[in-house]
Amino acid sequence: MAHTEHKQSFLSKYVFSTDHKTIGAQYTITGLFMAALGGFLAYVFRYNLAFPGENIPIFGQLAANQYNTFVTCHGMIMVFWVAMPILLAGFGNFLIPLMIGTDDMAFPKLNMLSYWTFLISAIVLVASFFVPTGAFGGAWTMYPPLSVNGYVDPNPSFFKALFYGSSLMILAVALEFTSILMGGINFVVTTINRRAPGMTPWRIPLAVWFINIATVIFMFSVGPLVAGAFMLLFDITLGTGFYDPARGGDPILFQHLFWFFGHPEVYVLLLPSLGVLGEIIPVFSRKPLFGYKKIIYLALLSAVLSVVVWAHHQFIAGIDPRMATFFSIGTILISIPFAGIFLAFMATLWGGKIKITLPMAWALGFIGLFLIGGLTGLFLGSNAFDIYAHDTYFVVAHFHYTLFPDIFFGFFAAFYFWFPKFTGKELKKGLGYLHFWLTFIFFNSTFFLLFFNGLGGQHRRINNYDLFSNINIEPYITFEKIATISAICLILSQTLFIYNFIVSWRAGKKAEKNPWQANTLEWVADSPPPHGNFETVPTVYHGAYEYSLPNMEADFLPQNVQAE
Amino acid sequence: MSLALDLRHEPVSGIPHGKMVMWAFLASEIMFFSGFFGAFTVLRNANIDIFMEGTTHLNVAMATINTVFLITSSLTMALSILNLEKKNTKMFQVFMGITILCAFGFLVVKYFEYSAKFEHHLLPSKSIFFAFYFMMTGFHAAHVIGGIIPMVWMFLRSFTKKGYTNHVRVEILGLYWHFVDLVWIFLFPALYLLFPGAHHGGH
Repeated sequence: MAHTEHKQSFLSKYVFSTDHKTIGAQYTITGLFMAALGGFLAYVFRYNLAFPGENIPIFGQLAANQYNTFVTCHGMIMVFWVAMPILLAGFGNFLIPLMIGTDDMAFPKLNMLSYWTFLISAIVLVASFFVPTGAFGGAWTMYPPLSVNGYVDPNPSFFKALFYGSSLMILAVALEFTSILMGGINFVVTTINRRAPGMTPWRIPLAVWFINIATVIFMFSVGPLVAGAFMLLFDITLGTGFYDPARGGDPILFQHLFWFFGHPEVYVLLLPSLGVLGEIIPVFSRKPLFGYKKIIYLALLSAVLSVVVWAHHQFIAGIDPRMATFFSIGTILISIPFAGIFLAFMATLWGGKIKITLPMAWALGFIGLFLIGGLTGLFLGSNAFDIYAHDTYFVVAHFHYTLFPDIFFGFFAAFYFWFPKFTGKELKKGLGYLHFWLTFIFFNSTFFLLFFNGLGGQHRRINNYDLFSNINIEPYITFEKIATISAICLILSQTLFIYNFIVSWRAGKKAEKNPWQANTLEWVADSPPPHGNFETVPTVYHGAYEYSLPNMEADFLPQNVQAE
Repeated sequence: MSLALDLRHEPVSGIPHGKMVMWAFLASEIMFFSGFFGAFTVLRNANIDIFMEGTTHLNVAMATINTVFLITSSLTMALSILNLEKKNTKMFQVFMGITILCAFGFLVVKYFEYSAKFEHHLLPSKSIFFAFYFMMTGFHAAHVIGGIIPMVWMFLRSFTKKGYTNHVRVEILGLYWHFVDLVWIFLFPALYLLFPGAHHGGH
């Protein structure tokens, strides 16, 4: 059967496209550009930490306020302009319509609007570097009163205040949330309403389930933060006193509104990546996913628990100790569903015919590294320990051990897994393994030592210890130097990925339709899937994880094939 | 045959896509306003005197008129949907017209209310109470404006030769409009009716 490939101009095909795959690619590529910017900021301030006061190659001198700006924007960019577009919007757009067997999102134009809103938000954020106040430098959490009073204008006005770094950052974040909200609502409606015949809820692949659960968590938790951010914006621009204790306001209120979103956000980022692992691990273990339904129940449980843990970020903010205990318990409880999910992945590996391939390497690397991040999270979740470790490098190392595997190992696992599908080309294997090993080694050598610096009491927000003559930096500086050099190597290793990406895309070997012999519906479509995805509407007969069934010749059974 | 761009296929759940999007959007809107109400509750309890004093400057009569406007418009909105479903264009136009008039009436009253406050220098920066008052009523008014635009569009379209027949869309807009009404039902007592003495009414 020949395709009646829909004729499209260049602009409508690649720029103002309503096709979910193009929008997914736009999100992912924008995210990768922002990752390059975030990585550059990290390079500059890490260099400054290891070699304080020295000239930074290709940058120059880093002033103290610039250090604050860079650290702040590094965090902001990596969470909201890298992780969100790549993991939620990118995965969601690429995978949902293909995996549930439909041609596009329920609202393709809304989807396009979502991307363009996102792009504008990124531009606003980058533009904030060039306003007179400079980009915002009061940490990515934007706590008042620093975020309100950090910049003192001799003759303030509403319009001037609108162009402070802090105001622009709030606007950028608000636009970004609007964008993800539009995209996310689209995901949920598409999944509920546009499934192929036979795709019952308990046959939906784990990745789609997890992206949707993440979206629902996001939709539930983001409202109060947007409200809180508006209040902050009005404090800056209109001179209201929502967070000003002198006028009856309360700065802790902002912390609550922020973390009511800020913590569930962690699970918004984690779940899509875990969903991808749920697709990759069974394929390369040639075994059904262990406890598919239970994993989904556990994820739903984690979604419920995710909104009762937020105040563990505020243990030293002066909150009531009884409340701190409540949130400590919540935090430790939420590790149970995630431990369950990871154990299910282990059980899937158990006794399987494990094939180590590139995506599998990233997936296993993810599990190993996230274990360290998760276990140190248990330390920090108990308020007694957190009071000691708060704002030290222990916290920095902890969240990089969770977020780095989540964002980058999760993304690379997905990238190496689905690249043949979305480009129709094969990646260079050797280069891929080199990229994996260099990333794995340099990531560990960057962040593992920082745990010790943190336990030793090194504070995370000091740019230059020469200014504090009473602090002996000697015990920390060696590890700082190792971390910095490793971080530079880590960033440089990513050029292998870019090279592999571009060269394989342009001149790679043609890939098979289903190179991994996987079951989910995207492998039924052509590589790359045309506009509209499938030639005929696929009918689904069973779940996504029917591998190595007894009494069958092939060791896999695609979802659209009926068992004999 | 290609499946390309067969975007109209039946919703699996039986609920139209548009309606489901609106419900999902309203769910997130509830959380957005919850942020304001949560902050309002916390800071009101901490500054009860400032809030009590602030309430005395508000015009309960105007707010009551506005409440009547919004509740009426919710009713007429529902009636306009009913009539469009029955293909009774004339009555649809009448009820949608009343809905739009009520919505504009609400904004006009709001305008007079705001300008009276500005005249007395009761600005958002005046006190924490007025910060909440302007922010919450301001966001609500923005939602009213957001509702008026599609209402006017549908209203005007119904006078064209082709007419306007998409009652599902009007119903979806109705969901939004009832939500805007509902937010006001919470705002009205929270801001206007919790004045000094109000607590002793029952004794």
